[in-house]
Amino acid sequence: MRQPLSAINDFVVKFANVNGSGSASANGLFARSILRMGIPIAARNIFPSNIQGLPTWYEVRISGEGHMGRRGGVDMMVAMNPQTWDRDVAEIDAGGYLFYDSTKPMPASKFRDDITVIGVPLTELCNAAYTGARERQLFKNIIYLGALSALLSIDPAVIEQLLTEQYKGKEKLAKSNQDAFHLGRNWALTNLPPIGLKLEKSDKVGNRIYIEGNAAAGLGAVYGGATVCAWYPITPSTSLAEGFEKYAKKFRTNADGTKNYAIVQAEDELASIGIVIGAGWNGARAFTATSGPGISLMQEFVGLSYFAEVPAVIFDVQRAGPSTGMPTRTQQSDVLSAAYASHGDTKHLVLFPEDPRECFEFGASAFDIADRFQSTVFVLLDLDIGMNDWLCEPFEWDDSKRMDRGKVMTAEMLDEAREFGRYLDVDGDGVPFRTYPGTHPNKGAFFTRGTSRDRFAKYSESGAVYVDNMERLLRKFETAKQYVPHPVEKKAARTTPYGVIYYGSSSAAMQEALAALQEDGIHLDAMRVRAFPFHDDISRFIAEHDTVFIVEQNRDAQLRTLVMNECNTDPAKLVPVLHFDGTPITARFIREAIGRKAQSVEVVPLRKAAP
Amino acid sequence: MSYLKPALKHPGLPKNALGFTRRDYEGSISTLCAGCGHDSISAAIIQAVWELGIEPHRVAKVSGIGCSSKTPDYFLSSSHGFNSVHGRMPSVLTGANLANRDLIYLGVSGDGDSASIGIGQFAHLMRRGVNMSYIVENNGVYGLTKGQFSATSDKGSKAKKGAVNKDEAIDLVAMALQLGATYVGRSFSGDKAQLVPLIKGALAHQGVALIDCISPCVAFNNHEGSTKSYDYVREHNESVNKLDVILGRAPITTQYAPGEVTEVTQHDGSVLRLRKLDEGYDPTDRVAAMNYLAQHKALGEIVTGLLFVDPDASDLHAGLGTVATPLNQLGDDILVPGAAALEKLNAALR
Repeated sequence: MRQPLSAINDFVVKFANVNGSGSASANGLFARSILRMGIPIAARNIFPSNIQGLPTWYEVRISGEGHMGRRGGVDMMVAMNPQTWDRDVAEIDAGGYLFYDSTKPMPASKFRDDITVIGVPLTELCNAAYTGARERQLFKNIIYLGALSALLSIDPAVIEQLLTEQYKGKEKLAKSNQDAFHLGRNWALTNLPPIGLKLEKSDKVGNRIYIEGNAAAGLGAVYGGATVCAWYPITPSTSLAEGFEKYAKKFRTNADGTKNYAIVQAEDELASIGIVIGAGWNGARAFTATSGPGISLMQEFVGLSYFAEVPAVIFDVQRAGPSTGMPTRTQQSDVLSAAYASHGDTKHLVLFPEDPRECFEFGASAFDIADRFQSTVFVLLDLDIGMNDWLCEPFEWDDSKRMDRGKVMTAEMLDEAREFGRYLDVDGDGVPFRTYPGTHPNKGAFFTRGTSRDRFAKYSESGAVYVDNMERLLRKFETAKQYVPHPVEKKAARTTPYGVIYYGSSSAAMQEALAALQEDGIHLDAMRVRAFPFHDDISRFIAEHDTVFIVEQNRDAQLRTLVMNECNTDPAKLVPVLHFDGTPITARFIREAIGRKAQSVEVVPLRKAAP
Repeated sequence: MSYLKPALKHPGLPKNALGFTRRDYEGSISTLCAGCGHDSISAAIIQAVWELGIEPHRVAKVSGIGCSSKTPDYFLSSSHGFNSVHGRMPSVLTGANLANRDLIYLGVSGDGDSASIGIGQFAHLMRRGVNMSYIVENNGVYGLTKGQFSATSDKGSKAKKGAVNKDEAIDLVAMALQLGATYVGRSFSGDKAQLVPLIKGALAHQGVALIDCISPCVAFNNHEGSTKSYDYVREHNESVNKLDVILGRAPITTQYAPGEVTEVTQHDGSVLRLRKLDEGYDPTDRVAAMNYLAQHKALGEIVTGLLFVDPDASDLHAGLGTVATPLNQLGDDILVPGAAALEKLNAALR
């Protein structure tokens, strides 16, 4: 028997449950109670595309150090699902703990001898105390929460308080839940010896907030001044539109009940983006929320937005593709289909938020960018950021900030007899002026079309006119480089030939892996890409290193392809590190992958950066 | 290609209430074939908007793709226009309407654009009751791609090269009635006297108005054996009523026999005065309209006129409860909740 694991405020607990059994509420209480004790956590749902009956997992990483990515591995498994017993038991790290319902005896072959087994007769306790079937099912979850609180030293007062808050106005329910909690807790205190995993009150949470990225992005859209939302339900993006609705209702309802926003649940994704483009053309800030399959359906309209120069914002909460893929699993696999969406020569603005805080920030600024560049802006979330609650820095807002509506010619400007050409590059930045419909009785009207036209929006099939316009669109894209969020660079402690590029939800695991790799003697300069088009810093960063790892959550190294294509770099320098099994990337995975590859790359002296 | 028309105007041209001549409502020169029904519809639109005295820039024209969808370039050059994506005019127009409820929305589409590729968006726009006039320039054929049958081609109709259509036709009027459209008419591009008032009534209507306008394609669907040719439509046209649209309350000056005239007052105050051509046809009875259409279709007749109107129509904005101010005119003060509200929210997320 291996020495049981011993850790304070630094371990991983995973719950294996059956979908629809009411476990989410108890598991959420578990996570929140630890947060309330001042200990940072990172919790992730791994759930099926199903409402009831299939296996579902909830993984809580407790990290006193504040690591928000997945670590990898499991120190304690709360195995509540017989369907997945074998794989759940197998997943526990050596020396770890298995918590299970011991009401029914299990054959010895179902256990491992290198882990500590903790049996609690949950069903027996539950059946003795409750009679109704649903009651038994729901309270069983609260009973295991009680037993875990005893084992891990969770402050019972915190859970009592959380239950009181949760059932505010339903005191009877709060009381019965608290009773069930103590039933489990007391049983464990009486019958179980202490274990090596412990929680101790801390002050590491600070003023951070705990929220999912989809809700944060929906809130960002409210702050960004979006007034029109058109969407079609699709996992994992649905809660983004719902988040917008919730916050818009709260902040944008007038005293007479009328609304300063409009939400249309469209008949499909084509109609969703069509509505967004119609609204954008007419001067409202509009967005849709979708996932990969929706992006595929929207391609034609996105090309229209690019060519006719109509602002639009698309939140893409990425999931595992292709086709229907794994609808409830995470990936970063829409990078190319967003960046190069639609037929013909097109490129689009893409933002990569790393956590809910940036989902809020980019969720608001995407509308400024879309208006400024009169084009589609993709905000690429993924299921991991979008649907999981993350502990992140609080949202911030500067009240002096105003919406940037971009280059819009008003009736007054037209009356000043300024020359108006819808596609005229007056400032040399590739960005033309537009007018909203209905602006002026006899000036500034133009005909918007997806076909080629001249600088004054007159239909033209002339090759020279077409090329002139396409080149201006490139200039506009070049201008955007400075305007979109710049990459964030973090230098290694010492000079190194290695660099790493990463983005989006890989960020948390990457931060942790960087520290661990440094302990392993592998130093890396790191660059987090936050937007496309790529800022020139990215080319410079690549030029400064002999080997640049690009960490992504997809099979085909999509960002690497985009970098190769746009930065015109030697592909041999760019080493892909790819995680694409649908679970969020872990620090252990990155550490191991880069550690292995860094050793296999022959280290050559750092070349002097090209002048 | 677009050509500029000479800006010269005859000083004696008649003016509307706003002092505009019809020329002020024209657009670029049409690039459609000589004799195309669509050009007659464009002329009817110009006439209708001029007669109604609408400021041309208060109209937004949206279309899809195809011959019909090119036409918004050929009228109302002072209006913004949007020639969007094939079959997707309804969604683009819905979004535009959401952004600014104060403009007058005119959607122009064709039978391919609305009954084939765009049938889904057509249906859902009707369901939602977007406040707009939806004109289908229906020629039963794909013109720009040279003569394929469209989804409104009648079963048994003959193509120019002799092929016979084996598929059932989609009747957009019947669909619109079923889907809750609140102003439904059918007309013929060759009957301007009927079409102009129908368009005027639609523009004044405060809900979704559909006009299915049969518009012969002189290049590919105007031959013997076609059911969308000028000759065929003239022979089979069964008009149920004759419409006059009256703005404000003008007294009836012509003498009508009792029961000959029905008046419907719309929400905006416009009065639709209908002279009945078919005794007993009640244009405010949706179910009766659907039955009438089905019965007369069986007789091989093309029923035209104002087939249904709901004077108490409501629209998408009413359903959503949006504010009266156009959404595109709301500023930071109304839209952005600010830092203090955000701090409160942060506190609730701890």
